[in-house]
Amino acid sequence: MLKILFFGQLKEVIKTECLEIDIIQNGKQLNTVAKLRSLLQEKGEAWNEYLAYGKALVAVNQELTSDDTVINDADEIAFFPPVTGG
Amino acid sequence: MSQFTQISVQTQDFDFAYQYQKLRDSNNRDGALVTFVGLVRDMNLQQSVSGLFLEHYPAMTEKVLNDIVETARAKWHLGSVSIIHRVGQLKVSDQIVFVGVTSQHRQSAYHANEFIMDYLKTKAPFWKKETTTQGDKWIAAKISDMQKSNDWS
Repeated sequence: MLKILFFGQLKEVIKTECLEIDIIQNGKQLNTVAKLRSLLQEKGEAWNEYLAYGKALVAVNQELTSDDTVINDADEIAFFPPVTGG
Repeated sequence: MSQFTQISVQTQDFDFAYQYQKLRDSNNRDGALVTFVGLVRDMNLQQSVSGLFLEHYPAMTEKVLNDIVETARAKWHLGSVSIIHRVGQLKVSDQIVFVGVTSQHRQSAYHANEFIMDYLKTKAPFWKKETTTQGDKWIAAKISDMQKSNDWS
């Protein structure tokens, strides 16, 4: 299972804080962040808009990373808007 | 006391004088101590801001802040470094963030302090939501902050 977390405005618009999905989808492994992002974007209009590449950053196992990153079973993957701390 | 790195993400306020003293007491060799404090301001758009809610990604935040300090230590010769960032509900003029850096000379202390803030603003997983008279509103990231952060690399 992949553990997926959402933060900030993204979490509010998709009304989801956390979900778990199987790394195997339709017989194929979701082996990159890009594939996972596309799959999640299919979940609805808000998902499609707010999870778009460039609009939501991604961290794999708490490390900020890019869409070509390989993901493995049991990884924690977080999507969130550009950060605004400080 | 010897030099230290302190990272704290907390809901409670911090005492500037105490944090300053802790940095001063950490060693007798550093001749420079630079501090920065960020405050909640009321100046966004036309709406009146009554406060801010700060959300973060707990498992990731301290890790990122530690990485930022390690990167700063690799660039400049630093003594003690302290970062305190508040989360949760804050009011206008509340303290949000404290960054304190000691070094032998002022230039490295100034630069490292600014570097830490610039990196924190674009890499640490915090999100601000403004509480206004017209409802709550998430703050959008600023391109100027991204550019400032990129200027260091």
